[in-house]
Amino acid sequence: MSATASPAPKEQSSSGSSTDSTDLQNAVIRFAGNSQDGIQTIGAFLAKLAGRSAREVMTYMTIPSTISGGPSIFQVNLGSGEVLSPGDEADFLVAFYQHSYDNHINALRDGGVCIYDSDNVEATVNERDIQHVAIPITSTTVEALGGSTRERGKNLFVLGLVTQLFKLDHDKVVALIERQFGRKGEDVIRNARLAFDAGYAYQIGSDIVKQSYALRAGASLDKDRITTDGNTALMYGLIAGGIRYGAGYPITPWSSIMEGLRTELPKYGGLFVQAEDELGAVAMALGFSYAGHLAVTGSSGPGLSLKMEALSYAVMAELPLVVINVQRGGPSTGLPTSVEQSDLMQAIYGSHGDTPRIVLAPKNVEDCFYTAVEACQLARKYSCPVLVLTDQALATRIEAFREPNLDECLIEATLDQEPRDENFKPYPVDGDTRHAPPGTKMLGGTYPVVTGLEHDEWGHPSASPEMHARMNAKRREKIKAVAEELQLPDIFGDESGEVLLVGWGSTWGPIREATIRAREKGQSLSSLHLRHLNPLPNGLEDIFANFQHVIVVEMNDEGLYGYGQLATLLRARYCDPKIRSVCKTDGLAYKIREILDGVAEIVS
Amino acid sequence: MAAAADAPKKLTKKELSADHPTWCPGCGDFAVLASFFKVLEKLQIPHEQICTIAGIGCSSRFPYFVNGHGVHFIHGRALPLATGVSLSRPDLHVFAFGGDGDGYSIGGNHLDHAARKNVNLTYVVMDNFVYGLTKKQTSPTSPQGFKSKTDPTGAIDRPINPMKKLVSNGATFVARTHATQVKHMMEVFERAILHPGFSVVEVLSECVIFYPGAFDAGNPRKGGEFDLIDEKKWDDTPEDEARHDVTDDDAAFALASLDFPGKFGVFYEVDHPTKNQLEQRWIDASREKVKNASARELLSERFAMMK
Repeated sequence: MSATASPAPKEQSSSGSSTDSTDLQNAVIRFAGNSQDGIQTIGAFLAKLAGRSAREVMTYMTIPSTISGGPSIFQVNLGSGEVLSPGDEADFLVAFYQHSYDNHINALRDGGVCIYDSDNVEATVNERDIQHVAIPITSTTVEALGGSTRERGKNLFVLGLVTQLFKLDHDKVVALIERQFGRKGEDVIRNARLAFDAGYAYQIGSDIVKQSYALRAGASLDKDRITTDGNTALMYGLIAGGIRYGAGYPITPWSSIMEGLRTELPKYGGLFVQAEDELGAVAMALGFSYAGHLAVTGSSGPGLSLKMEALSYAVMAELPLVVINVQRGGPSTGLPTSVEQSDLMQAIYGSHGDTPRIVLAPKNVEDCFYTAVEACQLARKYSCPVLVLTDQALATRIEAFREPNLDECLIEATLDQEPRDENFKPYPVDGDTRHAPPGTKMLGGTYPVVTGLEHDEWGHPSASPEMHARMNAKRREKIKAVAEELQLPDIFGDESGEVLLVGWGSTWGPIREATIRAREKGQSLSSLHLRHLNPLPNGLEDIFANFQHVIVVEMNDEGLYGYGQLATLLRARYCDPKIRSVCKTDGLAYKIREILDGVAEIVS
Repeated sequence: MAAAADAPKKLTKKELSADHPTWCPGCGDFAVLASFFKVLEKLQIPHEQICTIAGIGCSSRFPYFVNGHGVHFIHGRALPLATGVSLSRPDLHVFAFGGDGDGYSIGGNHLDHAARKNVNLTYVVMDNFVYGLTKKQTSPTSPQGFKSKTDPTGAIDRPINPMKKLVSNGATFVARTHATQVKHMMEVFERAILHPGFSVVEVLSECVIFYPGAFDAGNPRKGGEFDLIDEKKWDDTPEDEARHDVTDDDAAFALASLDFPGKFGVFYEVDHPTKNQLEQRWIDASREKVKNASARELLSERFAMMK
């Protein structure tokens, strides 16, 4: 945890000699530049390095929604203990341009270190004990590369500087560079090495950074860790869950999942189709599912709106389908590259008619993998659509986690074409729907029609009032049955007390860190995270009963009546006025102090 | 397309019939259904491989009346659903059915793309120039001046020309027939089914309730003319010069430009690789490249690269 654990460099240097190494438990480093400078590349290198060094890591980045160019940042929180958030404030800022400096100097904590490109930046802030280190990043890089490559390579020069400063494992970084650029040819590797070596060898003149800030060796547990972003983890989770077919349409930040599936699935003998539009995408995916292959479609907010009619069909026709929503800021086109959790109600209730369905939300990058696997299991078992609500922050941020054990989670993709006997009914009122995919021989001679009209047990259209009520009940009860197999989420902290924070989705890390921070200050505060949002696990009311305040923290608007979307659902279900909301919609992940300030406002 | 060697018994209309159609007496769609049954009887497709898919509309009730695997889907989206079935199940015969509203209006975009992608399936449009199920609103093919509940003084907008749309979209088999001409309908259906790729048959199918007499001009028994396309026989005779070349899209477009009731038969028919073949080629190449590795091996390898 950055603010509590990392000692201020200044205090450290005053307590020892100037050659001392400051031993950091973790460091939050923010790189601010333009998107074409490749600062994402530095961040990704550092994240991968941390994963390989058994350190914890979490990153976040902002990317402008323009095609190329525009301000961009990458923040990486490297730690030897548990890293739960990208960090409220940076310990180090690397500013490439004047606008980077101007816009991000306030993200640096008091006493933090600002390294800036003195070729482009004039340092103007002279307060909060911020320590400036001027380095002519642009000209030194150009010099190192023989002056021919203009401004490229600055990112690798900075990577060299950071490797020097934090005493990172030089050989591992070089190995990563060689792997990254290996395919691009000798020249590219040579230039990358030249820029990196120049940064690594650069004599940092300032006293402030004469010492080095060595990161304490990772206490971390697993050597077999992988480093990736949420969209990638989710994509491989779908494959591990046995998905071989799907269809989608491009939209940020969902697109990288569809691009990945389009490339990967053929290797597994499957296929992902880029459809003509969102409605076509969900229809194609349902076609795959109807044909007997559990399929996936996905999108981000606006695209999900377009899919809603077909999702209502999937509920009625009882077809299995996995649907991903990488949430972004809404409404409408909204904030395409910002994070928000405002599609919860849509996920649960977005379609016309009564459409009970399963809604899950992963809590971090690792959980994107497992939630995808679980979504596949549930869709098959209950023959219904399962929506997975991830978000822009999870989609793009990089974390390191233990390699999934495929013995425990790999599901084989199968096509069930066993002949069905004469007793087969596609829609038994008192049993599970198990469709007979086309190609299946029907020994009774009657072939089934899958339908969106209300129907009887054989799939014939039925307008009988009694049948509609019975079938509605069937579709409702099977989703209620899901709740019975869900475990109650663990309470982080004491099982009773003054405040219980409740979260869902990507706020898991910040809420957990806020809980730790509050408890360190002696506050009676615990937290609980919901991964299953529809249905909710049974028994939450017993947990809530042990707290004076239940505060739901979420990234959506407080609405007309003062409550966020999950808070509204919990209040409706439990009729408990002590359930309150901390909400925000600034398009950024929660900072720890925003959560704690919100709690203080309610509790005081 | 031959009968499967192990076919237990001959497929007849009896096995193929399901619910009695809900169409109004006299509806053109009855003849479409009967012709479809006859062609299936002739081709003897194994029963379990027949898959009919439809959206919403009178004609889209089709799957309930065919005893085969079927999907009654949502309005306008039958083609993308059928695309999913076709692409993942090469063993099946995929048929989509629908009307002018479903296919040319709410589902118009899907038709464009299913056609250009040349998805292997057969699509039959029962075009009645009116919305029937919702009781007489203007459809995308209603002629200008047609009085409906949404155009009480006569339709204002120019209608779609389905044949032009289909030819320009890149459908690889485009034909037009008339629901009163059963023999022709069967011939065209058979050719459509045997065509590898996206085959479309536009059937003028009268709504006797909301647009009676709409297609009399193409029906000899009502004093009209059922004017067939004279296809090239490639016999090097002088007469052949004037005949229609089904591989010539300009010629198909010219046929489509004739005044109503125009000509009937195959406007356009070409061989192009289907999306099914092209995707399968890519799948096969991908499998070969990874040396047919198992899912477990592929995932483990991927995880190793993330370390």
